[in-house]
Amino acid sequence: MEIILDARNISMSFPGVLAVDNISLKLCKGEILALIGENGAGKSTLINVLGGVQKPDRGQIILNGKSVMFSSSDQAIRAGISVVFQELSLVDGLSIAENIFANRQPIGMLNKINWRQLYQQTQEFLEKFNLELNPRTLVKNLTMGQKQILEILKAISTSPKVLILDEPTSALTEREIKYLFKNIRMLRKQDMSFIYITHKLSEVFQIADRVMVMRDGKKSGSERVNNVSENDLISMMVGRKIKNLYGIRGSAFSENETVLRVVGLNRKNVFEDVNFELRKGEILGLAGLIGAGRTEVGRAIVGVDPKDSGHIYLDGKEVHINNPKDAIIHKIAYLTEDRKKDGLFEGMALRYNIIAPSIENFTSVISFLDHKRINRYVESSVLEFDITTTSIMKKVLYLSGGNQQKVLVAMWMGIQPRVIIFDDPARGVDVGSKADIYQILKDSASRGVGIIIISSELSELIGVCDRILAFHHGRIMGEVLHKDFSEERIMALAAGIVNAERSQSTSSAR
Amino acid sequence: MFKVQKLIKVLKFVFGMREMALVLVLLVIGVIMTSISPVFLSYLNLRAILMALSVEAPIAVGMVILLISGGLDLSVGSTLAFAGVAAGLSLNAGLPAPVSILVGLLAALGVGLANGLLVAKVGINPFITTLGMMTIVRGLLLVLAGGRAVLNLTHSFTVIGQGVLFGVQYPIYVMLIIVIVGDILMRNSRFFRQNYYIGGNEKAARLTGINVNLMKIFNFCLTAFLAGVAGLLITARFGSASVTVGSGLELKVITAAIIGGASLSGGEGSVFGAFLGALLMAVIANALNLMGVDVFWQTLVTGVILITAVVIDQVNEQRKRGQQ
Repeated sequence: MEIILDARNISMSFPGVLAVDNISLKLCKGEILALIGENGAGKSTLINVLGGVQKPDRGQIILNGKSVMFSSSDQAIRAGISVVFQELSLVDGLSIAENIFANRQPIGMLNKINWRQLYQQTQEFLEKFNLELNPRTLVKNLTMGQKQILEILKAISTSPKVLILDEPTSALTEREIKYLFKNIRMLRKQDMSFIYITHKLSEVFQIADRVMVMRDGKKSGSERVNNVSENDLISMMVGRKIKNLYGIRGSAFSENETVLRVVGLNRKNVFEDVNFELRKGEILGLAGLIGAGRTEVGRAIVGVDPKDSGHIYLDGKEVHINNPKDAIIHKIAYLTEDRKKDGLFEGMALRYNIIAPSIENFTSVISFLDHKRINRYVESSVLEFDITTTSIMKKVLYLSGGNQQKVLVAMWMGIQPRVIIFDDPARGVDVGSKADIYQILKDSASRGVGIIIISSELSELIGVCDRILAFHHGRIMGEVLHKDFSEERIMALAAGIVNAERSQSTSSAR
Repeated sequence: MFKVQKLIKVLKFVFGMREMALVLVLLVIGVIMTSISPVFLSYLNLRAILMALSVEAPIAVGMVILLISGGLDLSVGSTLAFAGVAAGLSLNAGLPAPVSILVGLLAALGVGLANGLLVAKVGINPFITTLGMMTIVRGLLLVLAGGRAVLNLTHSFTVIGQGVLFGVQYPIYVMLIIVIVGDILMRNSRFFRQNYYIGGNEKAARLTGINVNLMKIFNFCLTAFLAGVAGLLITARFGSASVTVGSGLELKVITAAIIGGASLSGGEGSVFGAFLGALLMAVIANALNLMGVDVFWQTLVTGVILITAVVIDQVNEQRKRGQQ
């Protein structure tokens, strides 16, 4: 197999940190190399170097036999290395055509853009990839998934020899991911090579030939995908053996009563006839594809999103929750799926984040804040949830993704919840923190807290939950008990294929 | 060795805190001015500085709270004049002073409520809302006052602006009380600190149970109320309600708040900082006066200080980000 890219002894450091420590990698023509590692492992820096965004302190890049040195990403693209970053570089106000051929529009005399040619070339390009989109469509009218695919196609249009993709599937639906993989395989037959960065280990096994693991800036392992298991990869990423990624379940909670009962939840065009029960100490999973309405159900329960009709019962008594404050009073916690958008106060110190929903507990009679008590509580919280930070005054935006998520958990544990609704617990969280969070949830369940987990990652749901409800287009298609857990079964329900019988325990609402 | 390290740490902390840096700058200016002009530290001059401050500082307290919560109010200048005119017209109509004061304050509150409802309930952004209100209110008071200043205000009213206690005029006391109470509340009261959460991440604030709409309406009412207070005081001081007073005031107040550490995107700032910002602007104006410099230089210098403060903020942020 011919080697297309040979990066030797790349090192790159920033003030205070050695981001990439003597990394060498080889890539063959038509090969797909997965690059994995926790946040902060150095993956982004490495691809910045390969893509010409940054010059390394040391090291050599040999592309197609020639030694190259990039002083700009433009140079790298012309040499044949294109990078698709996580942040979109598309311009919302321009058309698909103008985005794909950004700065490369076909021009005639006096730099005038040849529009007919531009749209025609774009049309041909889109057809090559079976994309039924009008080249004139403005990017702002596309869905997030379409934008992400467009970003990838934009890079492909430069005919790179090596295409580097950084978390390309983070906003894609199942169907779009299949579409992407199909096209990657097609391009690989045409000798395009890929470096594929992902947090989703399942994708590594689906698409990659080889996988390279980075940890703390160093290469911690490089294997053919056939020769490794998921646990091997996790161990290489974390540097310690994580035997139980999904946590160990302690003793089951003694009482079996229902803590939360949801009856007849309806919201036109979003969710319909949602009924279920949650028992004390139970971890219930809500599975489904993106857009199945689970987040909206969760938010409707805590009064953030509206509902047209429905009743909620806590410990048998009906409660009316019309706003987040009501939910907090009734001790139902909702942990949002996008902590950056509406979960954490990134510009504020850690201590102010942790006390936010439970701040009433820290005030004296005249509603003045008791700083001593706050500091004591926050310090103990940081220890309890194993949050890595140099100080409780640090702004949350300086914490890693995993630690930020732990802050979100600590925040809501502060209201001593009876019910926790956790939306997408592992989003943007490194493996080590993931394991910690799952364990925290399982420990809470052992103490009688009822937990609902909303997630699109089946392995996560299967590993953590006692029971799973599958949603499809806003309706609950079926329920799968622990003993019957299987990815195929849940996927089928989530795709709306099978209309399984609901088990006796959840049909009490009729 | 430890002593030096500790000293560096203290210095870093001091300069890290905007308020401390401003205090230092003020001290430096004070020292320089005392050597240039013997009049600077005189009782009369200091009183003059504080009197000039007594218009902007109370409003800056409200403005900084608004800024922290992510809002903005461009209509304070008009509200200030409106309160004065409303009170003046009431006095001329024969109403007793206390009632006229109430009328003035209610007029101001009305503007604040309108701002608050438009921003919180209808959802128009604060800049546009208060920009429109600024013009509407100015127009309204011109109509009510017939385009002329309201004169001959009774003594029972003007005393609030001209009265003296222990050698210090009433407006100075009012200002100090407002600033001190405002700062204490913003540092310690759970209710007032909600503004930091709202400015930090409004959506997250909602999820943690904060009634964001109520806070916004309250903030606009508070700011307008304080503008009303300042308006009544300045009307009482001069014995007449001018229809043009307050034009351009909003920009000065916002500048003071930002010099004091507030940011237009919310989540940062302090009342004490805003006060220091206003004080700095007043001191510089006073200093330039004493040195016989043209009035126009004052505007220039204020602008330079504003940009400098913001640049320092930006550099600090980037330095901190680089370290992480």
